[in-house]
Amino acid sequence: MTRLTAWFSEGRSTGKHTLPFVVILLSVTILASAANLFLPVDSIFYVSTYTITLLGKYLCYAMLALAVDIIWGYCGILSLGHGAFFALGGYAMGMYLMRQIGDRGVYGNPLLPDFMVFLDWKELPWFWLGMDQFWFAMLMAVVVPGFLAFVFGWLAFRSRVTGVYLSIMTQALTYALLLAFFRNEMGFGGNNGLTDFKEILGFNLQADSTRVALFLITAILLAVIFVVSQKILSSRLGKVVLAIRDSESRSRFIGYRTDRYKVWLFVYSAVIAGIAGALYVPQVGIINPGEFSPINSIEMVIWVAVGGRGTLIGAVIGALLVNYAKTRFTAIMPDAWLFALGAMFVLVTLYLPKGLMGLYGQLKAKRNTVMNKESQA
Amino acid sequence: MSTLDNTREFFRRDQVWSFLAPEQAAVNVDNKMILYVEDLNLSFDGFKALNNLNLYINDGELRCLIGANGAGKTTLMDVITGKTQCDSGTVFFGQNHNLLNKDEAEIAQLGIGRKFQKPTVFEEQTVFDNLELSLKTDKRVLPTLFSRLTPTQIDRIDDVLKTIGLAKHRFMLAGALSHGQKQWLEIGMLLVAEPRLLLIDEPVAGMTAQETERTAELLTSLAGERTVIVVEHDMEFVRSIARTVTVLHQGSVLAEGTMDQIQSNKDVIEVYLGEEAAAGEQA
Repeated sequence: MTRLTAWFSEGRSTGKHTLPFVVILLSVTILASAANLFLPVDSIFYVSTYTITLLGKYLCYAMLALAVDIIWGYCGILSLGHGAFFALGGYAMGMYLMRQIGDRGVYGNPLLPDFMVFLDWKELPWFWLGMDQFWFAMLMAVVVPGFLAFVFGWLAFRSRVTGVYLSIMTQALTYALLLAFFRNEMGFGGNNGLTDFKEILGFNLQADSTRVALFLITAILLAVIFVVSQKILSSRLGKVVLAIRDSESRSRFIGYRTDRYKVWLFVYSAVIAGIAGALYVPQVGIINPGEFSPINSIEMVIWVAVGGRGTLIGAVIGALLVNYAKTRFTAIMPDAWLFALGAMFVLVTLYLPKGLMGLYGQLKAKRNTVMNKESQA
Repeated sequence: MSTLDNTREFFRRDQVWSFLAPEQAAVNVDNKMILYVEDLNLSFDGFKALNNLNLYINDGELRCLIGANGAGKTTLMDVITGKTQCDSGTVFFGQNHNLLNKDEAEIAQLGIGRKFQKPTVFEEQTVFDNLELSLKTDKRVLPTLFSRLTPTQIDRIDDVLKTIGLAKHRFMLAGALSHGQKQWLEIGMLLVAEPRLLLIDEPVAGMTAQETERTAELLTSLAGERTVIVVEHDMEFVRSIARTVTVLHQGSVLAEGTMDQIQSNKDVIEVYLGEEAAAGEQA
């Protein structure tokens, strides 16, 4: 019992937003899920399955924003290619779901996915082997993005590439992957990507209960990743990471191998992005090369900027708000969305350099000074 | 060499094979020397920043480096700490550590601390955190992730906070400190790291007379246990702390000796005050 209370009090001390965040996140998801499963459709509190899936998608984006924030807000590495890690995680999940279709595809081939039959392939490419095992596919969903991040980070950070140059390289990385995945010869379904999924671990993907379960799992994993990241960033390693952001050369002169710290943080961030991608695909039902597009990766950065970089909670709030706005906006005026996004980025950069969390902090500080003055008077 | 000799050489009983030797061997100062800088050359686009520079520092010494702008003082420090690669020459820390094939972090872990001309502290973090980051600990990634401050380390930080007079400001953001306080914090960051050799670039720039005096006291108290190299323009300050002074000029050593010797040295006068003054002295 004492250990439990100690754990909770630590949960509070690692960042005053951690515990409220986890409580709110989990209670909202549980309430929404219960409302979907147990209430009759005509009840005013009924939450439609469409909404559940939409919320699940937002939570995946929130997780992705967390990944971008860890590397950008805390370590100052502006990655404009995190969409690549997200999409790779998504493709790993997509490949598993594809193999689950089995002989229920259009062509009824028990081994080959439809697009391979269509391309007249005779056997499964080697990288599709083992993907029919859920555990192996999930392992790949974290290992492949992590490994790519390791190789990329190792090359870039050891050569001390920083700032704009690094951002451009990450853009190039995701763009190169976009072009590669567009090719049919790559064996990932080309332009159309992977879709028409039937079931996951034997559960029908179209069923309400599966949708709700995926939504709950996403929420729980987001909470876990949030708490773990908060722990990591409030340890001494987190202090070193901040030190690297603010003065990298100084950190080297007090004995830290800054390149190694950056590589491992980059890998950690890429793994989170991969997990987010793997959770995203079964909920939206498709993964295609569009996820690699550089614009997607830039959008992620905007989520974090709007919410407030350098605070994990800010990244989550930013992702939720911007995506909600996107859903509403694209329904009303689809063409105007990109302009709105651009305008939002400009306004935030000019007037809210610390995002909404920065604004919140300012308002709180103002109220405190006003209250102090009143109490003195 | 015969096969027998080769075998004997290979199986020498007075030393282990190099790959078995611990990487972080203690600094060998048997000859009472801690830093050997020999024939150092470095040029930037044809400008010779360092020109056949030779410098030897005794263990436990307090040495002042002086020289006009562009004499190569800061460049020398850059080479010693691994920030800049030199063209030719050798730099040894003790007898056994070649500094030229190490990077900044390795050199710092060997026990060479540096304070910059412009105070650089981690402004977004508290004074305490700044000192915690500088502690002499295992600085690899995983040990850093799981490390906890031990009571000894906290005491050590508290001691240093008292020494640098920032005990009251321990939870203040370093960016909110005054210029002089930042200088002190940076000196504090050097102290908690317990380095063998301290390279200090213009420690009293922007300090009040009182603060300067305290800095002088601190630096002299450090010498003996640690080796200190100070670069400074303030002659008054140099006179108050220095036992040995080295004058750099155009990338090489012009003169070395006590302050009085330096001030009566003909070459130094010539460089500093012009040829006429030197001629006048002779007449």
